[in-house]
Formats: sequence, C-alpha cells, structure tokens
Amino acid sequence: MNSATLKDDHQERRKKLSNLLLSKKKPMDRAFFGIVLGAAGYTLLLLALIVYAIGDGSIEIFSYEGLDFLTGTDWNAVYGREAFGALPYLIGTLVTAAIAMVIGVPVSIGIAVFLSEIAPPRVSTPLSFVIELLAAVPSIVYGLWALFVFRFWIVDLIERPLYNAFGDWIPLFGKTPFGLDVFTAGIVLSIMIIPIISSISRELLKAVPDTQREAAYSLGATRWETLRIAVFPYVKSGLFGAAFLGLGRAVGETILVTMVIGNAVGINAIPTSLFSQSQTLASVIANEFNEAASSLHLSALIGLGVVLLMLTMAINIGGVLLISRMVKVSPGVKE
Amino acid sequence: MSRTLKGPEEELSPTLQVSKISESVEIERPTEVKDIPPPKLSIRNLEAWFGTKRALKGINLDVRENSITAFIGPSGCGKTTLIRCLNRMHEMTPGASAKGQAILDGMDMYDAKVDPVTIKRRIGMVFQKPNPFPTMSIYDNVAAGLKLNGIKDKKLIDDIVRESLEGAALWEEVKNELNKPGMGLSGGQQQRLCIARALAMQPEILLMDEPTSSLDPIASSKIEELVHGMKKDLTVVIVTHNMQQAARVSDFTAFMYLGELIEYGDTKQIFENPRMELTERYISGKFG
Amino acid sequence: MEKIQQEKANLKYQLQSTMERKSSKKRKIDRLVTIFCIICVGLAIVPLGSILFEVIKNGISALRIEFLTQRPGSMISGRGGIGPAIQGTLITVGIASIIAAPAGIFAGIYLAEFAGTGPLPHAIRFFNDVLTGLPSIVLGIVGYIVIVLVIGSFSVWAGSFALSIIMIPIVVRVTEESLKVVPNSIREAGHSLGIPKWKITLHITLKAAFSGVLTGIVIGISRIAGETAPLIMTILGTSLFFTGFDDPVDALPLRIWRLASQPYDSAHAQGWAAALILILIVLLFSVTLRFLAARKGFKVRVIRYSNL
Repeated sequence: MNSATLKDDHQERRKKLSNLLLSKKKPMDRAFFGIVLGAAGYTLLLLALIVYAIGDGSIEIFSYEGLDFLTGTDWNAVYGREAFGALPYLIGTLVTAAIAMVIGVPVSIGIAVFLSEIAPPRVSTPLSFVIELLAAVPSIVYGLWALFVFRFWIVDLIERPLYNAFGDWIPLFGKTPFGLDVFTAGIVLSIMIIPIISSISRELLKAVPDTQREAAYSLGATRWETLRIAVFPYVKSGLFGAAFLGLGRAVGETILVTMVIGNAVGINAIPTSLFSQSQTLASVIANEFNEAASSLHLSALIGLGVVLLMLTMAINIGGVLLISRMVKVSPGVKE
Repeated sequence: MSRTLKGPEEELSPTLQVSKISESVEIERPTEVKDIPPPKLSIRNLEAWFGTKRALKGINLDVRENSITAFIGPSGCGKTTLIRCLNRMHEMTPGASAKGQAILDGMDMYDAKVDPVTIKRRIGMVFQKPNPFPTMSIYDNVAAGLKLNGIKDKKLIDDIVRESLEGAALWEEVKNELNKPGMGLSGGQQQRLCIARALAMQPEILLMDEPTSSLDPIASSKIEELVHGMKKDLTVVIVTHNMQQAARVSDFTAFMYLGELIEYGDTKQIFENPRMELTERYISGKFG
Repeated sequence: MEKIQQEKANLKYQLQSTMERKSSKKRKIDRLVTIFCIICVGLAIVPLGSILFEVIKNGISALRIEFLTQRPGSMISGRGGIGPAIQGTLITVGIASIIAAPAGIFAGIYLAEFAGTGPLPHAIRFFNDVLTGLPSIVLGIVGYIVIVLVIGSFSVWAGSFALSIIMIPIVVRVTEESLKVVPNSIREAGHSLGIPKWKITLHITLKAAFSGVLTGIVIGISRIAGETAPLIMTILGTSLFFTGFDDPVDALPLRIWRLASQPYDSAHAQGWAAALILILIVLLFSVTLRFLAARKGFKVRVIRYSNL
C-alpha cells in the first residue's frame, strides 16, 4: 500500500464521515433543556402545592376560630361543643424537642470531637459508619424499641429514682412516672437526631485546617485548650446550624413520639412535669386523622399541620442560613 | 470584508473556493518563500475577551495547510486563548467572547449562521492534561466522537478506531486490550489516546494546547514524533511554552506577547534570524 | 548587670513553675474531656446495639414462610402473617421511586449543568433544601388532600405521591453533588469532539457521576421504605393483598405500628418480626443495588445517610 492510496482511503473516509455527520438540529438541545428545567420547576411546584393544600384544608378551622386556634387549650370534637386549640400540642412539641436538644447537642458534639480529634483513623472510620447506622433505622423501629424496651430502662434507672428523691418538692419530677411521657419521648428523640448533628459537626471540624491546631499545640496547649482556642471559634455558627437541623428533625418526628408520649388530650396535654403525658402537633394528627369526627375536626388537624409546617420551615431555613454563612466565612488563613 | 457565508449544510463541502480577502489588512507572510502551502485557516482581526478584559488584539495570520504551526510566547501572551478561538471553544468559558473572522476553506467560522458545534467536528483539539472519558474503554474512548454523533456503522467505526490508534502510535500497545478502561493507561498513553480520539473524527485541523507539558520527556518525544507524521493528512497547530519543542517540531512559528501577534514566519527564520527585537529577546531567554 | 541577670532568671523560674502547676490541672481537664467524649460515643452505640439486639432476638422466632406470605390472622391468635404488608411496601416504594428518581435526576442535572448563579437556580436550591426538612406527616396530609380526596379513596397513588415528595429532594441534592465532582475537562473533551451538549450531559457526564447518583437513589429508597406517618392517611392500611392502584394497601411500617398498638403479646411479637423483615428488606435492597452497580464497574460510594 503506497502512501497515495492510503491518502485516498483517508480522503474517502473523511468524505463519508462528513456526509454522515450532518449538522444536528438544535431542537434536541432545546428539548433536553426543557425537560431538566421542567423537573427543576416540578420541585417548586410541589412546594407551592403543599402550601396551597394545607392552607386550603385549614381554612375552615381558621375561619371558625381565627387566631384563637393558636392559643386555645381545649380539644373537643363533640358536636355542638367543638373547640380546638393547638397550644397544648405546640408546648408538647417544644418541650420534647427541647429535651432532645439538651441531651442530643452536647452528646453529638462530643461524638464529633471524638471522631475528628481524638480517635485514630482506624477507629474513627468504622465508628462513624456505626453512628450513621443510627440514622438508617426507621423511626417505627425506634418507636417499637422505645415502647417495649427503652421505656423500662428509663423508668427504672432515671425516672423512678428522680421521682422518689425529688418528686415531692420539685414539680419538674412531680408526676408518677410510667415511662410514657415527654421525658422518654425527648430522650429517644435525642438518640434519633444524634447522627444528623454529629455528622455535620464532624464535617465542620474537619474543615478547620490542621495548621491552626498545630499552632496551638506548639504553644503547649492541651487538646481541650486547642479545641477551645483554635477550633471552636471557627465552627461555632456552623454548629448552631447543625443543631437547628437536628431540631427541625425532632420537631417533625411523628410515629416515635406517638408511641411513647402518653397521648393526653387538650388541656391535659400541657406538660407540668417531665413525667407528664402529652402530645405533639404531629402525634395528634397521626392519632386522630383517620377518625376525625367532622370536617371541622379534620380542618383543625390540618391546622395543626399548618403550625407544624411553619415551625419546621422557620427552623430549617434558620439552620440552612447559618450553615451556609459558616461555609462562606472560612478561616482567614491562606493555606 | 467580502462575505462568503454559507449555511451549515454547505460547510461540509471541501470544494468551496476562497473568495477575495480584503488586501487592506497586513498579512504576515513567511519570510523565506519556499513551497508555501495554501492557507487552510485565515484569521482576520480576531479579538477575544474575558468579560471586559481584552485577551487578544487584532490577530491576523494564515495557518498553512498540511503544516505544523507553533504558537509560542511567555505566560499570559494569549496563545492558549488564540488556539481556543480557532475551534470556538474560547467562548464556552462563562463571560468569554470573541469576534473577528476565522476563515476555513472560504467559510467564516465566526459568522452568525454557523453552528459552533459543527466546527468542532472539523477542527479537533487535544488538551494539556489528558482527559479520556473515565467510564469508557480504550475502544469506546476513540469511538466516542463518532458514536455520539450518530455514526452506527460498526465496520466503519472499527476501521477508524484502528487507524486512529495507529496514527497516535498507540495501536501496538493496546490492540489486545481495547476493552480495558481508558483510565488504566499511563499518562503518556492517555494523551495518545486523546489524540487518537480526536483523530477519529477525521479533522482537517488538529489543535494541540501544550500537549506534552504534563508528560515526562520520553512520552513527550513520542508525541512529537507523532505530530511530525500527521502533517501529510492534516494541519496541526500546537501551543507550547517549550521553545525547543517548537523549534523541533514546527514548520511555522508565531510569537505572541500580551495578546498581540509579534512575529510569524518560517520556524528556521524565527529562531535563527528573528526580525523583531522582542522575538529575539524571548528566543534568547531574556524573559518569559 | 548581675542584678538584671538575676531578675531575668527569677522571672523565668516563676513562669516555669506556674506553668508546671497549671499544666497538671490542664492535663486533668483534658482527661475529663476525653472521657466525656468517649461516654458520648457510648451513649450512641449502646442504644444502637440494643435496637439491633432486640429486633433480632424478638423477631427471629417469627421468621417462617407462612409469616411472610399470609394475610394477618385475628390479632389475638398470633397466627397469620404480613404478606400484604411486604407486598404493599414494595409496590408503594417502587412507584414512588419511579416518580422521584427521574424527576430528581433531571432536576439535579439542571442545577449542575445548566443553571448559573441567577435568582432562579438559587431559589430552586433553597426550596429544595426546605423540601428536605418538611415533616413527613404534613406530606401525608398533602397526599390526602391532593389525591385521596380527588380520587375518592385511600390509594396506592396517594401513598406513593407522598413518599415521592420525600425522596425527590434527596435525589436532587445527591445528583447535583455527584455531577459537580466530575472534572470539567471531561465535558471539554466532549465539546471538542463536536458532541451536542445534551448528549455530553447524558452519555458522558452523567455516566461518570453515575455511582454517586445511584447512591442517592438507594438512600432515598431506604428512607421512604421506613416512613410510617405519610402512609397513615394515604394508603390507610388493610389486611388484604393488593387489589388495585386506586385501593388501599398495606405497608410494613403501618402494620408494625398497628401490631404494636395492640394489647396482645402475640401481636407485639409479630411487630418485632415485621421490623426485622423491614430492616432486612432495606438492607437486601441496598446490597443488591451495590452489587449490580459493581458488576457494571461502578462503585457505590458510602455516603452519609444522616443529613438527607
């Protein structure tokens, strides 16, 4: 094969290819853009749909009671004497969430510190995987375990002793504990939100450059001092954000809470002690939705959904903003 | 400027004649007149911006057919910007723009009617860092341009893949492993794979943006050999920051500085007898 | 001169001895902090261990074929099974995934490949994040209003719809992240070959990101398979096997809840067993998916479940 024929072959091929590679029309590109934009728009549409549906469903109760719905403490579905108030459940939600945070946040940060600062990689890698497993457990299984196992641990190890020791003179421990109360709900919620807060915290801690730590160590600082001086200042607002996200999760959790919170109704649902029965916004909806006595009752339940939605959105938006601010404000040292 | 605008369908026919190019523009002619090949790609008043910052100022030059042309110059002189304008990749950077004319076989690539995507099927590119497609085998990498542009004829693809790998001096090394992942090759082999991938499109011009700068000397020289051999089938433009490479490999050299074309001519002349003082200073290593 | 030397030496000695004293105190605090952190880890691991232990211990005895395939018997008898619940879970989760996966992937593609930094993409990302955090019970209410009331019955559609709303933001986020990781040089290579953008996105970029995207889908499915709240008012739950997409259907999380709410020990035992099945199904599913992906050469990355 001399080079002339090779070149001819080559020209042949090129001509053949040119004819095949016809100019593609733009429509496919445009169609594809339409599809992806549509998909992105669908998510916006969903949000709008949610807001509309909840709003529309709760019109009845809000026109019946107005803003008194938010401050009322009755919960009566009996015909002729209807009265619905979200306040007890709002309080129940906040109390359980508060308990969850008080326990969950420090523990999560402790875990994050352990995994990122103390443990060697061959320990921290499998260990962090194990902590992640906590997040993979469905909440119904948490509920099952809390109802049949954990509750008794709490009653025997914590509630009874506290009640016996302080029940008479500290109202916080005043009621006879049976394990189905805000305290148990709060504790199990705290276990549930640990993976969320600790994993975000861990990422934040990892993002602090080692040079900061080295600088502190080289001055003779201990581990704790290094954390305090060189690490925490950077991650403070991010940790807040992580806590917010955990809070959002705690507030929105339904089935777990329903199973262990004791299911009190109306004014009785306002917890007066750690060992009071109560309910949360979510648990009332779960318990009563399918047996709502009237359309007003149903609307009241949806109204609880509105309150819950707004509460959650406020918390989550706050958390996202805090974390994103954290990521933008990175340490001012050029590595 | 006369308008030789043809629609996208006609762009493919290689028989369009060059129409008059305005004589009012100073065109750099190579100073040693030997067998000057006809111009394959004529650049007229090409300007390019990144946002509001101008990166190329009024470039005029003719890239000669079946030759190897090198763009040299210190960092930031615009040689990469220029080469990326030649296949309209420059404007894909967000905020980047270019205007002027780049006339390929009588057709202005920068004309509004021309679809930039089709340009790239005639003018191929090889990048500084080898970038084979990570999820594809060697065979699929080379065939990617063809298959994804709708070519289905398996025999044709097989032939082209083999020919391209031979053209990239890679065939012997991989002929029994065509199904292995492209990423499994060494750096030099990956770059040759990328060259094969570009060659598979049967381009008329191959643009190479510092193709050996991330490679070791042995791999680099393999590629330089390759480039030499490509001359007979296509036109090569190569950007290099390595002057010795330009001297070894190219027929014509263009020296650029701060976005302007300072001097363009026969490589021998540029390196042995530069006309501009700036060129002389760069060549002798006084800056850049 | 000597005096100055003396004073310097004195100062140095004082500094050093102060630091000595303080350092032992510092060390004690340090040790306490370390112990605290270890306790925290224990506080997380012990419940996890207990949960797994209890589920296996209480559930394993009920793992019989009849249990997996039969309809529930009367509550007090302890006979019967969770067949309809398993079937229902597979169906509702399956349909939810079919809705959520493409929608989420394409939206993720939009955010990573087509969107700039303008107000629209910003809004989409922001609201996607908001969507992630919505309580699932509220989504159940939405499913009730939008589908159940419109069709006129509790149905598979309603449940799948509600579940899909939970899954979409997860897939969107993971897809966007995975696509962003693909180096731009790959896209450039595609462009330089004259391949149109949509083909580059689908056949090159998405393929390169596929393992990450697949992970997102796996996480999404695992998450919605365990959701109870949105199913309460959408699929209602039943003791019958699947009868039609417009009819109520059962699901594992719902069935577990119903069983746990019964006063009978036999029902509780079935609840534990169902919980074990639920965990096994989710585990089996994610392992199978990773296996299939690995066969095709993709490695499914270990990604964090927790903030999704």
